[in-house]
Amino acid sequence: MESGVALPPPSGIVQSMKADSPTQDESVAGRPGPVPAAADIVVVDGLRKDFGERRAVDNISFAIRTGECVGFLGPNGAGKSTTIHILLGLVRRSAGTIHLLGEEVPKHHQKVKQKIGVVPQIDSLDPDLSVEENLLTYAGYFNIPKRQAMAKTDELLEFFALENRRREIIENLSGGQRRRLLLARALINEPQLLILDEPTVGLDPQARHLMWERLEILQEQGTTMLLTSHYMDEVARLSNRVLILDRGRIVAQGEPEQLITDMVGVEVFEVEGTEPELDRLAGMFSQCEATMERVTGKLYIYTKEDCSRLEHMLGDRRNWLRRPTNLEDLFIQLTGRSLRES
Amino acid sequence: MNIAFTKIWVRNARVWRKHIMATLIGNLGQPFLFLIAMGYGLGRDVGPIDGLSYLQFIAPGLVASAVMYAAAFETTYGSYTRLALQKSYEAMLMTPLTVGDIVLGEISWGACKGLIAALIMVATLPFFGVWPSWWALGLLPLLLVAGIFFAALGLIMTALASNYEFFNYFISLVLTPLFLFSGIFFPLDTLAPTARFVFSLLPLSPIVELARMLTFGRLQGPLLLKIVIPLLVTLATVWLAKVLLQRRLIK
Repeated sequence: MESGVALPPPSGIVQSMKADSPTQDESVAGRPGPVPAAADIVVVDGLRKDFGERRAVDNISFAIRTGECVGFLGPNGAGKSTTIHILLGLVRRSAGTIHLLGEEVPKHHQKVKQKIGVVPQIDSLDPDLSVEENLLTYAGYFNIPKRQAMAKTDELLEFFALENRRREIIENLSGGQRRRLLLARALINEPQLLILDEPTVGLDPQARHLMWERLEILQEQGTTMLLTSHYMDEVARLSNRVLILDRGRIVAQGEPEQLITDMVGVEVFEVEGTEPELDRLAGMFSQCEATMERVTGKLYIYTKEDCSRLEHMLGDRRNWLRRPTNLEDLFIQLTGRSLRES
Repeated sequence: MNIAFTKIWVRNARVWRKHIMATLIGNLGQPFLFLIAMGYGLGRDVGPIDGLSYLQFIAPGLVASAVMYAAAFETTYGSYTRLALQKSYEAMLMTPLTVGDIVLGEISWGACKGLIAALIMVATLPFFGVWPSWWALGLLPLLLVAGIFFAALGLIMTALASNYEFFNYFISLVLTPLFLFSGIFFPLDTLAPTARFVFSLLPLSPIVELARMLTFGRLQGPLLLKIVIPLLVTLATVWLAKVLLQRRLIK
């Protein structure tokens, strides 16, 4: 189910992987495993993390190839953020091996982090500094020479439509501007891997779309991305491949459309009614290849084939709808409907 | 040597420049007010101590206390804000910077802030009729070490703090007693042996004593011991700050 699409070599805002990758030609076999293939930017094998009694990450393995955008999906406490924090060295692993950009971590973290960009879940912009100073100061942390940092800052402020806010203090920025600045900051070091931990959380639709457009441009340029999000539309739109995590394990992975069709079906009927009505309907729909789910007062019918011929059985009821399946259906099917609050 | 920590120092200095007046008044207000109230006000009715007027006697110790307060406040309230509210350390750890860099960056900045406060104070002493000797140049390394020590001590508190209220303990139970009992306001060597012994163990005591000696060029006693011990204690404190902050930041 590998779908690592070979994207054109990156150029422009995010630096090419080619420059540092010595063995581009051996790059094809991107199978997860302890030995990193040349094109695998991330290789995680048997990763585990225990916080005392609680196992937050339970033996997960995956790989991310150059140019791919992999989406991490999962309910709260599924282990998404913990995994990302382990990749970045903010959390110690309990077991497993990790290779980033061909280097073993945590051993070579300092070297590797020089080439990673991160948009954190929690806004960590420096409120004591202006927009421009935020970028320049962060560039300093990467030891980027001043002249180069200033050129890059100009470029990023323009790309993210923040040029007219250059000297503004962070407090006066809108939520969308802050998020764009966080993304700009993550790109200051021309990363080969961009890690996005819920990059559009709390944004209004306009601001989200603007973020997505920018992220798509970065993708076209070949930036490798690891994305976590609660927004299914975001993951569906940006990811070539999704990993669904639940209770610290990967419960499904693959190309989103394929996964949805394979695991959920092609269409969903959502029908409301009394329990006897729904019982009767469920019986009738069993003529068609479909799986059913019952919630109080509601029947979901996930069809694996075209079941429109059964539509007449719903008669002239008003309280039903038929729609294509989506990532959210898959997500709910895999991780259940119950709330995850710790 | 890895100088990555200087980037954090630069970041802090950049912010400091924006609020320079408020910070200086915050750092210098208390020691100056004490110098005036105690030295000038009370001092007129207190006889000379070791041949120094009371104002002369307390001035060097107050300079040392200015370092203590400025450095410790920077790495408690300042650092804790960056740690817990602004998530600055987390942002730094996503770059090649390490916890060690953060510790050195924060401590070197706290020490520097302490030193700035102290130097301004020393520079104004002649207005109070206190003329430092050439030996006073030796205050520079001495107060730098004091700054490093108190900045590291503050950072330890930050690594242990779960809210701002926690620093009340530090101020009431550590800084204020040090301010009062480290020989700034009265000579320790005329106290009863037990009190003298206890007070001389306080980390600010050797700093105050050395600061007074250097200010007036009267060097005496087991100097080497008085220099080496604070140095070792400072190194140990920095190390402990690193261990505790590492534990706080890397789960």
